[in-house]
Amino acid sequence: MDADKVFKALADPTRRKLLDLLCQQNGQTLGRLCEHLDMARQSATQHIGLLEAANLVTTVWRGREKLHFINPVPLSEIYERWVRKFERQRLSLLHDLKKELEGE
Amino acid sequence: MSKEKTSFVYVTYIRSTPEKVFEAIIRPEIARRYWGHENVSDWKPGSTWQHVRADEQRKVQVVGKVVELSPPTRLVISWADPSAAADPASYSRVSFEVSAYEEMVRLTVTHDELEAGSGMAKGIQQGWPIVLSSLKSLLETGQGIDVFAKPKTASSVDRS
Repeated sequence: MDADKVFKALADPTRRKLLDLLCQQNGQTLGRLCEHLDMARQSATQHIGLLEAANLVTTVWRGREKLHFINPVPLSEIYERWVRKFERQRLSLLHDLKKELEGE
Repeated sequence: MSKEKTSFVYVTYIRSTPEKVFEAIIRPEIARRYWGHENVSDWKPGSTWQHVRADEQRKVQVVGKVVELSPPTRLVISWADPSAAADPASYSRVSFEVSAYEEMVRLTVTHDELEAGSGMAKGIQQGWPIVLSSLKSLLETGQGIDVFAKPKTASSVDRS
């Protein structure tokens, strides 16, 4: 939703680890995620809250279990806005350099 | 023995109306602008639908049925590779949920009943985030993004 929230959410090793854990296995409960984290459940909940606010994690209730899913859509938006644009520019610079050097 | 299944949930918030988001999924002339494909069907429950590449070859890349339809909030379709269309076990399921969220629309795409580790599961994981950010871009700015873009530019530069 908001690029600032996404960058802020990514600027923390625990939250990046949570995303890695969900990337390995999507749709985990908080309990499962906590097994891999060296912190209290309450702190993990706060980190997940920030990931949810950035729309990087979404939750779905299945019966009595709340499952967490990684949502890479905001990352795709950031990639489009902050990576691909500059890649194109870099590639065209390389292209110009090559032309210049090879006297094409 | 049934194979292990996996599911994915994708969410995007779009400054638009539920009607426009719903139409963007089912109307070919809109879908081709952000998806590079058209979803072709008469959109009645039980009908078939096809995911067709929007170019001259018009290759059918996904087939399935319309499971549930209630515009502009919910659409459920089944989803299979055309080469495996005869095998009921090859079908996964895609649900689109559209809801108003403050001044925006929250679009949730749930793709489930997918065979874990299959080519289809890998493909859709790459595909949905790009398609949804392209849809958001189209509805908010009037321009989709190139969903087929790969580091193609790099290889064309190398070759020149």
